[in-house]
Amino acid sequence: MEQIGILEGRERQVLEKKSGVAQADIACDTSSLSGSVSQRACVFCGSRVVLYPVADAIHLVHGPIGCAAYTWDIRGAVSSGPELHRLSFSTDLQEMDVIYGGEKKLYHSLIELIEQYKPKAAFIYSTCIVGLIGDDIEAVCKKVARETGIPVLPVHSEGFKGTKKDGYKAACHALMKLIGTGSTEDISKYSINILGEFNLAGEAWIIRQYYEKMGIEVVATLTGDGRIDAVRRAHGATLNVVQCSGSMTWLAKEMEEKYGIPYIRVSYFGIEDMSKSLYDVAVKFPDRPDIMEAAKRIVSEEVKTLYPSLQKFKKALTGKKAAIYVGGAFKTFSLIKALRSIGMSVVLAGSQTGNKDDYARLKEMCDEGTVIVDDSNPVELSKFILEKGADLLIGGVKERPIAFKLGIGFCDHNHERKIPLAGFIGMYNFALEVYQSVMSPVWQFAPRKGGSL
Amino acid sequence: MKHEHAKTATQNACKLCNPLGACLAFRGIENCVPFLHGSQGCATYIRRYLISHYKEPIDIASSNFHEETAVFGGSHNLKIGLKNVSEQYKPEVIGVATTCLSETIGDDVPMILREYRKEFKNGSPMPILIHASTPSYQGSHIDGFHAAVHAAVKTLAVKGTQQELINLFPNMVSPADLRHLKEIFGDFGVPVMVLPDYSQTMDGGPWGEYHRIPPGGTPASAITLAGSAKASIEFSSTLEASKSAAEYLKEAFGIPTHRLCLPIGIKESDKFFDLLETLTGKKLPEKYEDERRRLVDAYADGHKYVFEKKVILYGEEDLVIAMTVFLREIGMVPVLCASGGKSGLMKKRIAELVPDMDELGIKVREGVDFVDIEDEAKILQPDFLIGNSKGYTMSRKNNIPLLRLGFPIHDRFGGQRMHHLGYRGTQELFDRIVNTVIEQRQNASSIGYTYM
Repeated sequence: MEQIGILEGRERQVLEKKSGVAQADIACDTSSLSGSVSQRACVFCGSRVVLYPVADAIHLVHGPIGCAAYTWDIRGAVSSGPELHRLSFSTDLQEMDVIYGGEKKLYHSLIELIEQYKPKAAFIYSTCIVGLIGDDIEAVCKKVARETGIPVLPVHSEGFKGTKKDGYKAACHALMKLIGTGSTEDISKYSINILGEFNLAGEAWIIRQYYEKMGIEVVATLTGDGRIDAVRRAHGATLNVVQCSGSMTWLAKEMEEKYGIPYIRVSYFGIEDMSKSLYDVAVKFPDRPDIMEAAKRIVSEEVKTLYPSLQKFKKALTGKKAAIYVGGAFKTFSLIKALRSIGMSVVLAGSQTGNKDDYARLKEMCDEGTVIVDDSNPVELSKFILEKGADLLIGGVKERPIAFKLGIGFCDHNHERKIPLAGFIGMYNFALEVYQSVMSPVWQFAPRKGGSL
Repeated sequence: MKHEHAKTATQNACKLCNPLGACLAFRGIENCVPFLHGSQGCATYIRRYLISHYKEPIDIASSNFHEETAVFGGSHNLKIGLKNVSEQYKPEVIGVATTCLSETIGDDVPMILREYRKEFKNGSPMPILIHASTPSYQGSHIDGFHAAVHAAVKTLAVKGTQQELINLFPNMVSPADLRHLKEIFGDFGVPVMVLPDYSQTMDGGPWGEYHRIPPGGTPASAITLAGSAKASIEFSSTLEASKSAAEYLKEAFGIPTHRLCLPIGIKESDKFFDLLETLTGKKLPEKYEDERRRLVDAYADGHKYVFEKKVILYGEEDLVIAMTVFLREIGMVPVLCASGGKSGLMKKRIAELVPDMDELGIKVREGVDFVDIEDEAKILQPDFLIGNSKGYTMSRKNNIPLLRLGFPIHDRFGGQRMHHLGYRGTQELFDRIVNTVIEQRQNASSIGYTYM
């Protein structure tokens, strides 16, 4: 086979774990190399994914049509009520708008959309071109807010002004403007917000149910099944529970500073981390031992049914090898543990946006010889999948065809998934999906398993 | 019609952006990497969008603009990007398409590419660089598609001794259609240069090892020969001459151009096959006579199901025009022919092909989105919708069945293997249309007949 090298300038973003030798930290938090076919997106993408699930707001993309068209109904984030988030609105800027400015078009679009859809708020996303033509989005938003009486929030998400992480921050910034504007009356002392849970395939509902069973009030989920009024009163919660740490840690820190709300980081993937996320919350309410009792009861009941159901999968999957490449590094920690619990080892682990601490922890968790990558690309991923003989790739839509072309199983752990993978039931679904893909007889025809080309 | 609401914003767009089309077309050149000069997001979103339809890896490189790039120009990033792509992918061709960002800051891409060729001629592999200007604030994805084809021909084609070769510019059709077209030329025994040809790159087999660039596509050397072909055929009803690859070849090298509607339906397919008979001097192979006979027979078997059924058609203008002609020959009425594109020519072309369009109440609208189409649907009450899968939202909401064709098909399997063209493609479409009607009737029936 032809040797595939690592691109010059990327060597420090790839590492193979070796014990007993000094290894430099993996380089990360850098912008993508030009021409490297990064799997990342842009600032706009970061903002759009974070705010997307807010279902009673309109999301207007200010720019040419592409950015809105490619994000129309893109996430599996479900709503229990309004579904404005599943519509795609764009100012669809044309050449003349680029020359003469798009402020008027933005203004009229907003006024009309608010009249037509009666949203509780509007988010206005700036795209690349808006950053160049210098439209005063803030001024337009203020004017429209004044005229319509709803919050109209600019999101500074010009694609080229940073990375996806900066987009997360811009989205959190918009949320911060809402938080603190609602009444906190009647909010229990035993209350939390769930941050970074997007209700993909109804996952937030599953998680919320666990906490409510423990006697804890969930004030707001940011942003899964999101509602503007809930966001506005989020500052009334006692604790912030941060799930997708990459996107929402900034918000948690801001809320801590401004409202004195402490936060903890959790993950809802896999038995171990799911259980811990209930215990870690219960610990924060020491004056109510019944909350911890309830958490223990939930875990014990769930595990009692879940554990036996996993054994079939474990038996089949033991010894199989997985590669993980996802957006945030925090998820990889849970996935490694979840995979181990069904007998699988991890030979490649990486993320688009992990930071230095994430990678240090990842390295600590991984087995000897595991390859760790930051901001990788299809060529590298394929190289390591083949070299390490992975049987499964966990990633998103962009990684899926790589797995299938090379003839290995795939599990979609990204925002388009339609089956809940969080919670105890999510662990079952995850194991089932991995099992169904890895054990499928179709791979016998794949060239790497001896099938013909 | 008048809107229920004033409408400045585009809502649920019935079009995609210019660079997407260019990336797809570049994918139809052998050993070519599409490269977007702009933000990382454009490449990533377009990859994701194409993957969801074609189910194939599609690497699109990006020059990864940052703030300083936008301020000082994209020249440096573009050059570094080209160098990196050249080294990592070892392509024969890099297809550079611009975005709204690089166009707005005014990067002179042709000049940057000239500089690059000079600066990097020693040491780095030097692929052929093709540049298409595709600002997203102009036109839609179909314009980017044609821009890339035009740019490839303009960059590569040279004058040569006339050969027994026909150039075919098939428009944005499915990989299955491309394979079918190549088979037709093969059966006529005439060499053809199809551009683009993503029949294999976007619908290929399994890999034993990683391919930086999937096998398949029209080689650059074949595109070079386009300048010595004896004729060009271009399937397009609305493409301006200045943007047409075939017209360029005619002007530059005097190659006769034959522009046809996409050959969907018997009449338009006949025109295409008649042209091939004329150009090759050969008779239509028996295989296609058979396909035509079976299609005529199928029309007879199925005519009652479809007669005077009302349909809303939407998609790229050329596809909508061709489908309109086809639907008319089987007795269906496209009560609305809609497109997000805005050539200004769609109505005129339909009127030429369907002279009684006004009496039939066929309405044509360009530059619309799915909310416009939905508003129309409420009044027109069509029996079903025909178009890509982005109409599903309104189909579900208004309980109007949707027959999927074209691009993108994100909510069904096998869009890349769907035929649309020739007698064979028409047969497939006709079967699907008839089955849509039958299924509708069967579902609505309180008896549930097992013979329909």
